[in-house]
Amino acid sequence: MKREETNAPVTRTNETADRQGSGSAAKKSGAKAAPADIGTIGMLRWAWRQLTTMRVALILLLILALAAIPGSLFPQRIQDPGRVTRFIEENGRWGEILDSLQVFDVYSSFWFSAVYILLMISLVGCILPRTAQHWRAMRARPPKAPRRLTRMPGYATFPLGDDDPADLLDLAEERLRKHGYRTARNADHIAAERGYLKETGNLVFHAAVLGTVITMAVGALLGYSGQRVLVEGDTFTNSLVSYDSFERGTYFDADRLDDYRLRLNSFTSTFDDEAIGNQFGQPRSFEADITAFHDGAETQHRVRVNEPIRIDGSRIYLTGNGYAPVLTTRDADGDVTFSGPVVFLPQDGVYTSRGVLKVPDASPEQLGFVGILLPTAALNDDGELVSEFAELRNPYLVMSAYAGDLGLDDGVPQSVYELEAENMAEVIDPAGVPVTLQLAPGETTDLPGGHGSVTFEGVQTFIALDIRHDPTQGLLLLFSTLLLAGLGLSLFIPRRRVWVRVNGAEVEVAALARGEDPRVEQTVEDLAVELND
Amino acid sequence: MDVDYELASWSNLLTYSAMAVYAIAFIVYAFDLFGGQRLRSTEAASGDRKATASARGAGAADRSGARADARTSARSGVRRTSRGASVAVLDEADTTTAEAPASGGPAGGAGSGGRGGVKGRASGGDAAEALDLGPRSRKLARIATSLTVLALVLHVGAVLTRALSVMRVPWGNMMEYAMTAAAIAGIVYLVALRFRDMRYLGTFVTGAILVTLGVCITVFYTPAAQLVPALQNYWIYIHVPIAILSTALLSVSAALALFQICKAWSESRGSSRRLAFMDRVPSSGDIEQVSYRIAAVGFITWTFTLIAGAIWAELAWGRPWGWDSKEIWTFVVWVIYAAYLHARATRGWGPTKVAVLNLIGMASLVFNFAIVNVYFDGLHSYSGI
Ligand code: HEM
Repeated sequence: MKREETNAPVTRTNETADRQGSGSAAKKSGAKAAPADIGTIGMLRWAWRQLTTMRVALILLLILALAAIPGSLFPQRIQDPGRVTRFIEENGRWGEILDSLQVFDVYSSFWFSAVYILLMISLVGCILPRTAQHWRAMRARPPKAPRRLTRMPGYATFPLGDDDPADLLDLAEERLRKHGYRTARNADHIAAERGYLKETGNLVFHAAVLGTVITMAVGALLGYSGQRVLVEGDTFTNSLVSYDSFERGTYFDADRLDDYRLRLNSFTSTFDDEAIGNQFGQPRSFEADITAFHDGAETQHRVRVNEPIRIDGSRIYLTGNGYAPVLTTRDADGDVTFSGPVVFLPQDGVYTSRGVLKVPDASPEQLGFVGILLPTAALNDDGELVSEFAELRNPYLVMSAYAGDLGLDDGVPQSVYELEAENMAEVIDPAGVPVTLQLAPGETTDLPGGHGSVTFEGVQTFIALDIRHDPTQGLLLLFSTLLLAGLGLSLFIPRRRVWVRVNGAEVEVAALARGEDPRVEQTVEDLAVELND
Repeated sequence: MDVDYELASWSNLLTYSAMAVYAIAFIVYAFDLFGGQRLRSTEAASGDRKATASARGAGAADRSGARADARTSARSGVRRTSRGASVAVLDEADTTTAEAPASGGPAGGAGSGGRGGVKGRASGGDAAEALDLGPRSRKLARIATSLTVLALVLHVGAVLTRALSVMRVPWGNMMEYAMTAAAIAGIVYLVALRFRDMRYLGTFVTGAILVTLGVCITVFYTPAAQLVPALQNYWIYIHVPIAILSTALLSVSAALALFQICKAWSESRGSSRRLAFMDRVPSSGDIEQVSYRIAAVGFITWTFTLIAGAIWAELAWGRPWGWDSKEIWTFVVWVIYAAYLHARATRGWGPTKVAVLNLIGMASLVFNFAIVNVYFDGLHSYSGI
């Protein structure tokens, strides 16, 4: 039902209960304060009625839109906890205040939750009575014609002529039925109504909104997601300990992890070396060749960005990739203290990558290296060493070295991508200058001070996998489909009432639209012309 | 990574040509709307109202020709009452003479008077403006509309050559997206013209497209190239074009909302010399209805965009919804338009306030595109800038 408008003359005269809440006369006049002396129950009922008015639903929607915005302005923990930590550190006191206001966890914050929970309650309070009302309306006879049909937005008359009034009404009833109206025969007129699906659609839509929100909440409780980095040749076994990071819903059960293994056979990426301007160097393909071992069977998968592997309830996504230089360190005696690929995280579009190598077995002291890998090294105009392309065309590794205590035995978990160098000193050359190791593949450099040597063997690629499980997704799809379908019905099915009345020697045809209906006049006229034939 | 740079440069050339023609159309439209045409006073117009109703009938009969005449006799005697809820003022037939300057489009109830013997009653008052539009100004509008068609042909040509130069859909980055969206907005406008005379919007539409293309070819300019892996999926054929269509629809709706607000303002102030051009615009209630209907379609397509986006996000990143900055703003836009639809059905929210919500929705949509894509971090990082 629409509010009245001068040029959209839809009256609400026939409505029993309007959606703005029955008995809204007081509210309409702006009397929003609760009446005094109504007691707790009275207060609650008053609050409930307020909450389920359309005006409040509207205000809540606008507040919801506003409340969602900070999540795009401030870093969010659900996206990037590291950035949040850095942001708080950089902003000191302000950062802490913002944090206590949950600005970095907007979508689980008390204020955001409050708004959407109120909206959901309002929604329930709106859907239930309307469903009951609609149910009754669908089973009731179309309401009788009001006394003065001339007031209706669509109105036409024609002389009855020599026709028998009963025949004409029969004809009218038949025509209206054929056009999908439900009709009721009254003494001197036919009352008809069509478009009940509009309200049905509207209710389905609102219920589906509710269903979607609840399903998403439940999904977060039941599901899990985990991340794992795999270098070419590595195998991943699906168990909690194999994940680099893992987030679980409250009711997630680790025993239910699907049983499978994945091996990354190879990964290839290509970048655009032909395009001009800012399109040069953009990625064009990422492709991982993975073997899955599951239920005693072996399957081959080509995993691309939009093409996950699905195994039972788990889905495995390719979400990142990069280079892992293969490094070997030896002590002064030539014994190998470390050998293998080290994952370097890409920092920019040309894959300038940063990584850390920790060698706890080095002697005489533990060693740590912080390095930058340039996939296609070149000198820029300022004579600085940079990478100019993301593919491995001229890989070059630049590292600094630290000696001392890596702090791995403190029991405090450390990131493999950060070197905690508090108890370490930079390795210096005999002149007292910190050494910078610069290596091309195949090259070896000796470290000063009896720290042995480092060899840059070559480069492998790695991928980052996201592994997820969410048992509610089918339901979510169902609800969103219902949501869309309900909305379509709600907005496009015209709902109108039509009356055909024999009034003495005249036949009156009138129609009243409920909601938007551009064709109401046309309908009346077509019907009148049809009946007059 | 095949790119036909020859075709790509043709695309740029066509873009510039389209801009030139849009610019001329813009100027002609502006003359049509604001130009030196003297207007009859509203009183005179309202005095003619009854005449209009029958004149409209005549116009309709003209249009539907002999068939209507034949029906006329059979149907004589039906008397129709119209409250003018949506009396369209469309002069598809620009050739109609001064006695019958306007005739109803399919969307309105008008034009039906042609079925002989009808004693029409139009009380909407919307018919008045039809009388204000003399043949001269309509001629300008007609020229401008033809120019717009020509510009649009060039514009679509630019989009197509761009697509052909890379042999993929023309919406892989912001420049292509905006170019295509502007073309669709132009098409929406022209299609809407078939139902209603909205040529008063012409200045606005051509101006907005002109500005959009200007931004595309400069700030958003992205050389032709293939897609990044994140975009290589069939959902790009579903999610993005529907988003573009929504953008176009909601933009046209917002343009109408703007006119609605101005018109309502001028209605409340009565005739004034400076706002004289407003007399050529239909009543604010009439505009509101068209604006609403277009926004309703736009809202459905936007809802679809949101859902399709969630499905794609599930495919690409493993979750349908993750509050990525682009997702946040798409949601914000959706909620604002939901509020707009609600406000329309809520008492105490007058049409002007509702129209302001429409404009806020538009502002958030523009923000979502122009600002979020460029300045906000997130997974949707393929602006091309
Ligand atoms: C999450 C919250 C909500 C959303 C996203 C939402 C969205 C919408 C949309 C998009 C429409 C337009 C469909 C149409 O016009 O037929 C609509 C209509 C409607 N909504 Fe809601 N709504 C929400 C909550 C509520 C609540 C809480 C109420 C009750 C107080 C309510 C009552 C209505 C009514 C009565 C209509 C029909 C208006 C009309 O006839 O145009 N909605 N809603």
